Amino acid sequence: MASHYEAPIRQPLVTGDKTYHDITVDVAAPVEGKANKAWWIVFTIALLAFSWGIGCIIYTVSTGIGTWGLNKTVNWAWDITNFVWWVGIGHAGTLISAVLLLFRQKWRMGINRSAEAMTIFSVIQAGLFPIIHMGRPWLAYWVLPIPNQFGSLWVNFNSPLLWDVFAISTYLSVSLVFWWTGLLPDFAMIRDRAITPFNKKIYGILAFGWSGRAKDWQRFEEVSLVLAGLATPLVLSVHTIVSFDFATSVIPGWHTTIFPPYFVAGAIFSGFAMVNTLLIIMRKVSNLENYITLQHIELMNIVIMLTGSIVGVAYITELFVAWYSGVEYEQYAFLNRATGPYWWAYWAMMSCNVFSPQFMWFKKLRTSIMFSFFISIVVNIGMWFERFVIIVTSLHRDYLPSSWSMFSPTFVEIGIFIGTIGFFFVLFLLYARTFPVIAQAEVKSILKGSGSKYKNLRAKYGDDVKHYDELGTDSSINPKNS
Amino acid sequence: MSSNKKYWKSVEELNENSSIVKTLQQNEFVKEIPTDEFLGDKETLEASSTTRRDFLKYVGFTTAAASFAACEGPVIKSIPYVIQPDEIVPGVANYYATTMADGFDFANVLVKTREGRPIKIERNKLSTSGGSVNARVQASVLSMYDSNRLQGPLVDKESASWEDLEIAFNKSMDAMAGKEVVLLTQTFASPSTSKLINEFKAKYTNVRHVIYDTVSSSEALDAFQNKYNTRALADYDLSKAEVIVSVGADFLGDWQGGGYEVAYSKSRIPKNGKMSRHIQFEANMTLSGANADKRLPLKPSLQVEVLKALTGGSVSGLPEYIALAVANAKVQLSKAGNKGVILTGIPSVAAQTMALDYNDSVASVCMDTAHPRMIRKGNNGEVMKVMNDVISGSLKGLITVGVNPVYSFPNNQKFAEAYAKLDLSLAFSMRKDETAALAKMVAATPHYLESWGDTQIKKGTFALTQPTIRPVFDTQQFEDCILKWTGSSQKYYDYIKETWSSSILGGATWNQTLHDGIFTSNVEVEMDETPLNEGVGEIKNNTSHGALASNSQGGLELTLYTTTALGDGQQANNPWLQEMPDPITRASWDNYLTVSAVDASEMGLVNENVANGALNGSYVNVTVDGVVVENVPVIIQPGQAKGSVGLALGYGKVEAIQEEMQTGVNAYAVYHNFSSVQNVTIEKTSGMHEFACVQLHNTMMGRDIIRETSLEIFNTKDVKEWNAMPMVSKDHKMIPVTDPGADLWTSFDRSIGHHFNLSIDLNGCTGCGACVIACHAENNVPVVGKQEIRLSRDMHWLRIDRYYSSEDSFVADAEKKDNISGLGSSLSDFAAMENPADNPQVAFQPVMCQHCNHAPCETVCPVAATSHGRQGQNHMAYNRCVGTRYCANNCPYKVRRFNWFLYAENDEFDFNMNNDLGRMVLNPDVVVRSRGVMEKCSMCIQLTQKTILDAKRDGRAIKDGELHTACSAACESGAIVFGDVNDHESEVAALKEDKRMYHLLEAVGTKPNVIYQVQVRNTEEV
Repeated sequence: MASHYEAPIRQPLVTGDKTYHDITVDVAAPVEGKANKAWWIVFTIALLAFSWGIGCIIYTVSTGIGTWGLNKTVNWAWDITNFVWWVGIGHAGTLISAVLLLFRQKWRMGINRSAEAMTIFSVIQAGLFPIIHMGRPWLAYWVLPIPNQFGSLWVNFNSPLLWDVFAISTYLSVSLVFWWTGLLPDFAMIRDRAITPFNKKIYGILAFGWSGRAKDWQRFEEVSLVLAGLATPLVLSVHTIVSFDFATSVIPGWHTTIFPPYFVAGAIFSGFAMVNTLLIIMRKVSNLENYITLQHIELMNIVIMLTGSIVGVAYITELFVAWYSGVEYEQYAFLNRATGPYWWAYWAMMSCNVFSPQFMWFKKLRTSIMFSFFISIVVNIGMWFERFVIIVTSLHRDYLPSSWSMFSPTFVEIGIFIGTIGFFFVLFLLYARTFPVIAQAEVKSILKGSGSKYKNLRAKYGDDVKHYDELGTDSSINPKNS
Repeated sequence: MSSNKKYWKSVEELNENSSIVKTLQQNEFVKEIPTDEFLGDKETLEASSTTRRDFLKYVGFTTAAASFAACEGPVIKSIPYVIQPDEIVPGVANYYATTMADGFDFANVLVKTREGRPIKIERNKLSTSGGSVNARVQASVLSMYDSNRLQGPLVDKESASWEDLEIAFNKSMDAMAGKEVVLLTQTFASPSTSKLINEFKAKYTNVRHVIYDTVSSSEALDAFQNKYNTRALADYDLSKAEVIVSVGADFLGDWQGGGYEVAYSKSRIPKNGKMSRHIQFEANMTLSGANADKRLPLKPSLQVEVLKALTGGSVSGLPEYIALAVANAKVQLSKAGNKGVILTGIPSVAAQTMALDYNDSVASVCMDTAHPRMIRKGNNGEVMKVMNDVISGSLKGLITVGVNPVYSFPNNQKFAEAYAKLDLSLAFSMRKDETAALAKMVAATPHYLESWGDTQIKKGTFALTQPTIRPVFDTQQFEDCILKWTGSSQKYYDYIKETWSSSILGGATWNQTLHDGIFTSNVEVEMDETPLNEGVGEIKNNTSHGALASNSQGGLELTLYTTTALGDGQQANNPWLQEMPDPITRASWDNYLTVSAVDASEMGLVNENVANGALNGSYVNVTVDGVVVENVPVIIQPGQAKGSVGLALGYGKVEAIQEEMQTGVNAYAVYHNFSSVQNVTIEKTSGMHEFACVQLHNTMMGRDIIRETSLEIFNTKDVKEWNAMPMVSKDHKMIPVTDPGADLWTSFDRSIGHHFNLSIDLNGCTGCGACVIACHAENNVPVVGKQEIRLSRDMHWLRIDRYYSSEDSFVADAEKKDNISGLGSSLSDFAAMENPADNPQVAFQPVMCQHCNHAPCETVCPVAATSHGRQGQNHMAYNRCVGTRYCANNCPYKVRRFNWFLYAENDEFDFNMNNDLGRMVLNPDVVVRSRGVMEKCSMCIQLTQKTILDAKRDGRAIKDGELHTACSAACESGAIVFGDVNDHESEVAALKEDKRMYHLLEAVGTKPNVIYQVQVRNTEEV
């Protein structure tokens, strides 16, 4: 059995002398306890923002897209910027839960649940925008290839926007199923601990009758693997398809073959930043520092640094190719990005996305919680600007100078964006209080291998030490015997 | 409806005396209905499964169903014809020839009516010299459906009947017996009206007729009258010109009645290696200057010197580069001999005489003095006298017809006060304008589309005006009133008929003439020849240049002009015209002071773009002789002569004008002595004006958008040098982008059936904008208002892009761009190229949907709402559109327009589509688009389909020239040609093969069905 143990030089993934029971108690605590004042304050703010967003959406749908700042030249701006931004954020969850599962990266276990929750909640936000940005959203179902009697009109399979419909809906459904599968044993755990019949009933339903038999576990493992296999290509495909919206067009600045890998890297980049933002707060307020450790944050910072650098290379490649192509429209589009009227957006993007992650080369900075939090916010802002830069600065000055214009948002589209942030946090805060936010069943599976308690025991007594208090002599195992 | 069909119900009916039939007739139910039996049978009833509760359910359901059935659906009341008129077939348009003559615009037109409603103005193609069907004429149909028009006569500002008005008029005239009454009218140029006014004057001998042209051409008339003894304007046929030198004459605008672009364009299209040379000396940037081969910005006082030098004087005293240009122009003029012509707009008799003398002395074939234009008559001196007499109180009676002096007189404040105190003030007016609002009596007049009339636009060319609809309101035309009030029982229609039969028609028939709308004859008809009285005699020897001579005060020289959209301002309440971007500044919904960049920076005047790109400009106060026009917004105009400013007349109207259309400032306030040139002082005031400018970027950035070349290169060099096909590398070989090898798709066979192409000749296009309004009218394009235009949300399906060169010429721009190397020069040179030169070259380019065979919009629509037609059009299915706007983003030409809001029947957009009257102008063949859908040019598919179906019904092939779009039909200069390229004999097929042909943004590979012809400039200096 010794081979299952981690090398002593590896840092423990669960710190703080946790036993199995401790894990159960720690994970169930937010669900079983009462919300504190801080939660209520944040929840209220999120709910207000959400309501404001709903108000703005109702105003838009009832009055017209004219309530936004768009014009004949810039027909997309905040709407699609927000869409791509939210979709991108979602990517980290899938990467953590699926790709890292396949690569047997055990550190994912502390964060995958929340990362996946974030994926689903952000894809919900993203999905809103393609619908409400339509001039006639009540006809949004026309983009689905459903049999109809409008003279049997079919969708246009040439359109990247249609591919988006498939990509996003597939992504949302696979992510949801994957997430829920992982939740089953944990819901069952809460069900089993529930005191009130109501909670028992609800968590019973949510747990889909999980019994904890070996067969359950066997199927659980199989399904997880299959879903991980399904979700892994989605990590690459979804944002690739989103990038096709731009890459297949004829607009200088959009028509770029580098977009698919560049968008995927950017998506993972922004997703990890968002995971960092959320979890740095959550580990504190939900007392989960022992499960989401500094090591987790450091590893995520390394991913941010890597993907940020990939994005940076992509930015520079774009500039190089524009120059190298010899196409004057292309050259001007990029010159205009960097030095035109929206230069500030370009340089905000460059400094947030390319320069700021480079600080993570320094161990001291990447292990600083405050600094990590700060950088995660900076990266989120930078990635929003990336999409704004791609969409608005390409459109506002394209081929014919006679049609060049500018864009400036109205309170309505700002309100909708704030509303989606509110909606996201409403969902996430509800999740934090009602769901097991750590995949406790999985964490328990690595406790003996990578928990600090057992690592310490092995350090002290060697690999052959028993992990249960058979002798009754070790106070670290059985304090009663001290 | 009644039918005599008999329906047989049974064979029994064959038998006349069948008892069964009889019984059935009287009793529908042969057997008695067994109600009692049914209700009496308690046992069965109780055994029935229908319980009381069920019964109540049934009752409830039936009641609910009955009440729902009784709910009313929306009721649209329409009244059918009691007797269907023969000529009206629903769905088929009728055309009537008529003539617009509002005192400013005179044009022979064809009016398209549908179900009795005039919906569009078109050119009367029979007319060859009948004025120009410009943007204002095109838009005039909407001015008829104007709910702000007067709906009936007024006496003492109260609604009255026509009888009341007549009584009031007679009473006032009796009271005025012996005292002078002035009849102040527009120029009618009408033989019948002239005759009628003479009869009126014969009855009321105290009436004096004075003609008042709101925008005066008095000096030119005086000069012509001095020389040729007729008060008229020389006509010019510029198609014969080889050299045109214009000194301050915007002959492509409204100079001396306008309408010269048709012939001008003919001389501008290179034929056999030749085209005319056009040199323009001017202060404001005008359409003429923009189209010129060489343009020299020059303030008016120097223009006089240039004109003197051109007509024989010396060039000394002029700046060196002007002197050189003048000397060169003189050489070219003398080379051209009788094919040269000098035109001038300098408002002095001496200057006008100089130009006339020159053209006369070289016997210019371009000038026609035998058949002059009759469309302006006014004499400044006489009008001035009327104004002063009213102000001084010596004139107590004023009848105005078709003019609005309280608005348009320079001293309008004082005049308004005096006018309100007149003993007799009668205004014949279409609207309760500034004058009618103060008049004691107001006679509501009909629109020209509701009137009879006749016109002699050019001597020897007569035209008729006929009503195309019954008067919408309780109106009577001036002539009918005069006939009645002079005791005649005739209607004006009979009067015209009589006049024409007796003196004009000769042998021709009235009906044919009315059908044609025009009639050419050399008969002399007595027109209102105002006798030359005092003041006019001096003109003969007048050598002074009025305001032009006294430029010593150090102020700026103001040139007042009229805009393409509003002209003299009569149609200020027309939303199509208000929203029409000015061809030069591209600003709509405003007038403004145009200032040169140098003067602007000296005075600290700025133009800036705010965050959403919209244009803002400083305000100034403009002062002329103590009269101040306050808060005039400033536009910095490239090409404006230093030391000069420009301001448009016709704006700033407020009476009977919808609030949204009360735009601009009234520049008539500084129209002193009715002179278009004034010395002004300008003072910056606080605040910034918000412009609604549809084009925010003015230069072409050296791009290959408007291709142009010089006549010399065009004549001598290979087509590859000046109209090169973009190449692309494939397998390391350069192939043209149109090569099938460069194509991602295999092409369809497009050789069968129709394949429509639209050709736009950039040499022929003067930028006049008639096509823009024609497209508006044909396709029910919504008006969105100033604020939306400011947000760059104009809905025009057809726009005319205007570019300024950043260097001296566009060719230099392209060279500069090609020479950019390295990052440093990219940054500085591209930034520099964003700014227009001080005296830029100007180019116009009409752009509509290019109907690409490889349309980028078509591939990206998720619901296939836009797709390609068999005939080359890129279709737009509004009903299918969900409004993602992806197509508009992916359009390289940015011609797609989105319905950001509901533009019809929405109080937020209170224009013609928001009232029942205004909606009458809508074309029933084109759907009004709803909110949230994309729209764009359809290549007028409703017109092409009609032509195809007509030909099919007649069983014949379509002739070339039969197919047209609204824009091609409206283009008088012939720059826009539409047709079927599969018809190899067609004009457009020839144009497609022309060596000047190119596609816009060919390199993108969109394969458009709109083609352009390279612009050629005659840059030969000597």
